[in-house]
Amino acid sequence: MTALIDATALEVAFPDTSKKRPFRPAPTTKILHGVDFHISAGESVGIVGESGSGKTTLGRALLRLIEPSAGHIAFEGQDITHAAERALRPLRARMTMIFQNPLAALNPRRTIAASVAAPLVARGDGSDVRQKVLRALDRSGLPKSFADRYPHQLSGGQRQRVGIARAIVTEPNFILADEIVSGLDVSTQAQILDLLRELRRDMGLALAFITHDLSVVRVLCERVVVMHQGRIVEEGDCAALFAAPRHPYTRRLLAAIPLPELDDTWLDAEAEEVA
Amino acid sequence: MSDDVLAIENLSAAIRNGPTLLHEISLRLAAGEVHGLVGTSGAGKSMIGRCVLGILPAPVRVTAGGIRFLGKQLVGLSERDRRAAGASLALIPQDPLSALNPSRRIVSQMTDVMRLRLHLSHAEAYARALAMLDEVHIRGPQDVLRRYPHELSGGMRQRVLIATAFACEPRLIVADEPTTALDVTVQKQILRLIRELQRKHGTSVLFVTHDLGVVAKICNSVTVLNAGRIVEQAPVADIFLRPQDAYTQALFAATPRYDRPGDTLRPLPADFA
Repeated sequence: MTALIDATALEVAFPDTSKKRPFRPAPTTKILHGVDFHISAGESVGIVGESGSGKTTLGRALLRLIEPSAGHIAFEGQDITHAAERALRPLRARMTMIFQNPLAALNPRRTIAASVAAPLVARGDGSDVRQKVLRALDRSGLPKSFADRYPHQLSGGQRQRVGIARAIVTEPNFILADEIVSGLDVSTQAQILDLLRELRRDMGLALAFITHDLSVVRVLCERVVVMHQGRIVEEGDCAALFAAPRHPYTRRLLAAIPLPELDDTWLDAEAEEVA
Repeated sequence: MSDDVLAIENLSAAIRNGPTLLHEISLRLAAGEVHGLVGTSGAGKSMIGRCVLGILPAPVRVTAGGIRFLGKQLVGLSERDRRAAGASLALIPQDPLSALNPSRRIVSQMTDVMRLRLHLSHAEAYARALAMLDEVHIRGPQDVLRRYPHELSGGMRQRVLIATAFACEPRLIVADEPTTALDVTVQKQILRLIRELQRKHGTSVLFVTHDLGVVAKICNSVTVLNAGRIVEQAPVADIFLRPQDAYTQALFAATPRYDRPGDTLRPLPADFA
């Protein structure tokens, strides 16, 4: 099985402006410490961890939205670790992203159709734009009539469907979804998860799904990587890993999820300390 | 029963000249009880909390029914009379960052409430704020009091708001999705904290959430809402072991669980929407 995206020993460092002194470059703080991550065509991988664990940074590095300070990333065998934006441009249509907050990600003054068409326009694909946009909206479960509405006229779940439509309009083979169901209630969340499963099946998409919610990962992903303080502490097949987590951090994460069943002792149980 | 802390009777609320948001809601809350309000977005769960607190958005008003709090009717009360009852009512909001004023230090935001409600002096209020921060297990409370909201983590901000809510010894707290914005591990700490304080002070809690998992762990009884109507109301054990209503059952089927294969998840049928 060839990897669609193959990242090895990935490191990302950001300048720490709080420690900057005048006339000197800011010292850097390492966010990712040598992460190996790969995803095959059509595969669905969950990236989980708490706030600050580096899961979003990993995702953004995979799409080369940020440049890693060390390590390598290859997309379909092509090294993109330090590729210039111009060289990345043709790949942008093949690897896309769905954002956490669709209201912030959509231009409030643009119609839904214009926002969804943006990736097509950006790569100079001027033919049948309207047709492709309507098709993407339809695939995302939105009626045609929504094309000429504005983001504020839509509900949270509908806006997230627009975000999905924009991510699939260029027929990508890899989508990064960053916490896209966290703000939704269970009913909308289940609909969006259902839609993503359907799209994966129909389009053969590979999906990297960033979330802090392990239950959602179980619904959508075959494999999961658990991140803690910029490192992958455990990874494996979802069913196996959730049934028998090995790393204490994974165990602590699972123990913190309130399952919808009665358990008088759950709140009393002390969280397992992480070494 | 007259010893109920809160008794909502046939409460209806509507947008002026518009649709009805709540249809004849009734519920009772005994002292020290934690009652969950569950439902999807728009089911009216937060609206009930806002009715009780008297902070309805401008176009919404109570059209029928009543809310008795400690034996006193809250509906139709003047602003001044409501303020008098208000000291025994408190709110833990969903988003701690927007609930705190970004340009004021934690200390002034905490002491404001106590000086207004309990008529404490500066020094008394400061001492009480320190004691409350200690009660919510914040290390270095003096330091935290000097901070601005943006300097604290999400979990810390929520602790500050919990401390403020309990500071005036309220009899009832409305917790409006207090853990939705938090990581699971922090959520567990916050839930444990709310229960610890609630038991210690004998406070009743109206716990608004869309997470059935949270309800299972912290509530004694629960009301399931759909489109402004009560679907089911029962002790927590009954809802979780024998959900009676089809809507409640659908809500369970739509809740993802890490211990079950993903294909068992069922979105809510469209006719419930």
